[in-house]
This record gives sequence, structure tokens and C-alpha cells, in this order.
Amino acid sequence: MTMLGDRQQLAYIASQAADARVNVELETEGMTLNIGPQHPATHGTLRIIARLDGEQVLWAEPSCGYMHRGYEKLTEVRTFPQVTALINRIDWLGSFANEVPFILAAEQLMGIEAPPRAQWIRTILFELSRIANVSLFLGDLGVQLGAITPVFFAFRDREYVLNLIEGATGGRFHPNFDRIGGLKDDLPAGWIDETRAVMRKMRKFCDEIEGLLFGNEIFEARTRGIGVIPRDVALQYGLSGANLRGSGVDWDLRRDQKLPMAWDKIDWKVWTHPDGDSYARCWIRLQEVRESTFIVEKLLDSLPSGPVMAKVPRIIKVPEGEAWVATENPLGEMGYYVVSKGELGPFRVKIRSASFNNISIVPWLLKGVYVPDIITILASLYFILGDIDR
Amino acid sequence: MSSLAEITAVLGDAVEESFEKGPEGNVDTWVRVKTSAWREVAETLREKLGYDYFCFLSAIDWMPSPYGRGEEDPTAEREPIDPTIRQGYAGGSTRMQVFARLVNHRTHHGLTLKADVPDDAMTIDSWVGVFAGANWHERETHEMFGINFAGHPDLRNMYLPTDFEGHPLRKDFPLLARIVKPWPGIVDVEPLPGGGDDEGGAE
Repeated sequence: MTMLGDRQQLAYIASQAADARVNVELETEGMTLNIGPQHPATHGTLRIIARLDGEQVLWAEPSCGYMHRGYEKLTEVRTFPQVTALINRIDWLGSFANEVPFILAAEQLMGIEAPPRAQWIRTILFELSRIANVSLFLGDLGVQLGAITPVFFAFRDREYVLNLIEGATGGRFHPNFDRIGGLKDDLPAGWIDETRAVMRKMRKFCDEIEGLLFGNEIFEARTRGIGVIPRDVALQYGLSGANLRGSGVDWDLRRDQKLPMAWDKIDWKVWTHPDGDSYARCWIRLQEVRESTFIVEKLLDSLPSGPVMAKVPRIIKVPEGEAWVATENPLGEMGYYVVSKGELGPFRVKIRSASFNNISIVPWLLKGVYVPDIITILASLYFILGDIDR
Repeated sequence: MSSLAEITAVLGDAVEESFEKGPEGNVDTWVRVKTSAWREVAETLREKLGYDYFCFLSAIDWMPSPYGRGEEDPTAEREPIDPTIRQGYAGGSTRMQVFARLVNHRTHHGLTLKADVPDDAMTIDSWVGVFAGANWHERETHEMFGINFAGHPDLRNMYLPTDFEGHPLRKDFPLLARIVKPWPGIVDVEPLPGGGDDEGGAE
């Protein structure tokens, strides 16, 4: 079955490439380059088929579906509380952040709100997911551009954050900790002090990465002016997160949206960069990790006391209705469109994941770039395969 | 922030039905438009009202699943399933509806657009010419629901093999894993510690 699919795809590429005859005088012969599905630069199994003319890409197309798990169909045969175990695995590096918008959508339909302490802890864990997720990006970025040291730093320091998440939720990667109406548990004793110490450590990590990469001549030469996304193109393709803010659009759902979360209770800064190139996107992510450490500290300072769970029936039935809730996840805008028919489980869930939109710009963006820049651009767009295929 | 009144005024005849929900200052809006005006509406919203951020596009199959939720006790007799199709917010008259979300990136106001897809033709205009990002979303909707998008340059499958038969997200496409082996979540009913008048069931 796959063989047939591949052959048709290659025939399609050939027909496309035949149209694009460049360098007719030199009579160079084109070449089709297959990157992946297994490639160290793809965070999973993304396959990119690129038609080259010498060193230049004429046409490139990502081939998805190697990790499609059909979550939208599966949610239709789960109850509402069971869905979190599935959606944990969409963006597996920032799992807790995946749970939040779905739970908020269910709560919105039921007309309940988590108690303040639960909202605060949710926001803290959300930001910890972001730190764990994006710090790995910063390390990986080095590897993809040929520097090996940053990745060791990233894995070393990310471990502290994962320990925190494990300490609070019991799960390093898949917490499954968010409940309709609040959280499973309160924070364990001593967790707050430890978190403060780790946040200081993560800021040091950011400084190290900044010194190692962002001041580096080679890094700048390989990212500045590479893969420029203009502002209106970014909006058209629905890019989100650092990819959108890297194109100069000042938009962060944490700030620009009213949700029962704690972001609007404290002061923090949304970082943007006007350039729209790979450097801008990477730079914003670095600033966001650092900003997240401050957000966590400020939230810990103002953490209210009280219960972490609202009164909800033991068997959860969500009233009939439709709700759309999106949050600013580590990768960008992650939203769920939940349709309920008043049953134990959802009728339909549309999962709008950030990477799907972020990677759909690749065919447009790779046209005309040089082969080494393919990897730089893919790295700077930052995607997680589970988040594309769902 | 563009209010619903402003949106319906600009869209004019294209609007079939609309719906608003939410507390003051955080209102979410649904607008159902005529199938024939689907592309035109996107253009108008983008040019005249500044809804220039394309969030997503997908579809809903409103038919109740003939297979149930797969959570019933397999030994008991199955209750008949009510096959009546009931559409959600902003109504509708067909089994399939496409829906999409556009956001005004300056006011941050979002809008869910819906349109009926005729049951016999299963075709609606493509948005690719208006929002380039709709390309992949329409490909996904095409393979998952079997809806055709007129004017889309390339409706190849995204996830499934080229010769895959059926459209997985349609309600009449069975989730085979659930049918061959019942899900234990609801079937394994064990009493909770502490007793009480449980209605049974797993958490």
C-alpha cells in the first residue's frame, strides 16, 4: 500500500519539477533528495522530499502521516476525563500544556471554574512544560547547526524541570494531572522552594546558551536572513507562537485572551522580533524560556491557598453545546473545538495543533533555499511530529 | 471589536444564522453562511473587517454514530440509537458541515464560520486562494470526511495510503478496534471503597 503511495508521489514530484526548468544553458541535471523519515534533524519521523537543482531547492514537500494516531476519532469513544490521557501525547515534550485547553473547554461547557489555587498551579505547570519543551529546542538547535555542546547542557538542565513536574504530578512526560474542575492533587511539601532554585538554574542555562550560540559568528551566519517569513504570510498560514512573533506580530494568547488562568494576574513581557528570519524565531524562544522562569517565580510568590478541586459530580456529563478554547502552548496556538451532545464523552473534538499550521508553510518557505538551509529552517520552525499528525 | 451586528451587516445576504455565547468582553461568535458564499465570505471578512488570521478549517459529521460509543456492556441487549441529526450552534440542514475559525489579529476577536455541505454533491469552494494556509486543512478534511473542495490545487491524502477506502472521521466509519474488543473502561464495574450508592463506573 505504501509502495503505491510513494510511487504516485514521486511521479507527482517529477511532473512538478519538469515544469521548473532553470539553468537551461548549463543543462544541469536535477535530483530528488529524500530527507527522512529517520533523520536526526526531524524530531521524529518527518519526511521531506526535495527536488534540487545543484544546491538549490526547486520544490519541497513534507510527507506526513508516519505518526498519525487518529486522536480525533478516538476521542469520540472516550469519556471526557479519559481524553486527557490521549491528548497528553500530542506534543509529548510539553504534555501538561496539551491537557489545559481541553479541560478548560469542558469546564466552559459545564459552567464551572477551577478554584484560584488550581488555576495558579495549572499556570505554573504550564510554564514548566514550556521551559522543559523549549530548552530542549535550544539544545537541539545547536546539534542541527553543527554544535554539539548545547544539547548536553539542555539535557542536563531540563532534567531538573522534569523532576519538578514528576514531583508534582507523578509523571515525567505524561502527567495526566489536570481534571475537570481542578487538579488531581495539591503540590507536595518542599516543592515550592525547590522550584525557585531550579528557576535560577534555568536562567543560568539560558545565559549559557545565549553565550554559546547567539553570540556565535557561525550561528549568526547560518540563521540571519535565512527563511524569512513576512508578516502577512505568517498570518495567512496561521503560524503561531514564536514563529508568528518572530515575524513581528505582537500576539500572545496568554495575554490577549480571557481565560480562567493566572497569566493576567502578574506582569510579564511578550517578546517579538521584527526580522522574521530563523534567528528571530530562535531568539524569541530563548527569551521566552527566561520569561517563563520569571512567570513561575512571580506566580509562586502570589500562590493563593484553598482547595485545588471544585465540586463536580463523580460521573461527568457535559451539557450540550460547542466550545473553542486555545492556549499559547510551547509550540504555538493549541486549541480544541469540543462538541458535546450531553453524553459522557464528546461528540466531536477538532484538535488544532500548532505544528500542523507551522509546518504547512514549508513548501512555500523552502522554495529557492540552499540545501544546508533546509535543516536550519526546519529547526527554527520547531515542530513535534506528534503535534503535526495527531 | 467587531460585533455580530457589524459582521452580519457586512456579510449581508450570505448569513443564514448566527449565534453568540459567553460573558461580557469575552463573547464567542458563530456565523453560518450560505454554501455558495463560502469563499466570498472569507474574502470579505479578511478585506473589510480585518479577520486576517487563519486558525483552522475542518468539518463535522452530525449523524449520530450507528455503532454507539462502544462502552455498553457487550452481554446486554443494545439500546436502539436515535438516528435523528441535530446540528449544533447556528443550525443547519445537512449532515456534513465545514467549519473554520478566523481571528482578527489586532482586536483578537475570533469567529467560527460554518457552512452546510450538500448531501448529494459533497462539494464546497476552496479557501486556498484566500488563505494559503487552508491548503493542508482542506486536504485533511477531504481525506477524513470525503468533502471536495472546488478549486483546491492538489487534494492528495495527507495521512492515509493513496488507495485507502473510506473516510475515517465520518460517523459511519467503524472504529474496528472498539468493535472487535469492547473497551473495559465502563464494562469493568467494581464497587468503590467506602460503598455508597454508586451508579457504578470507572473514573
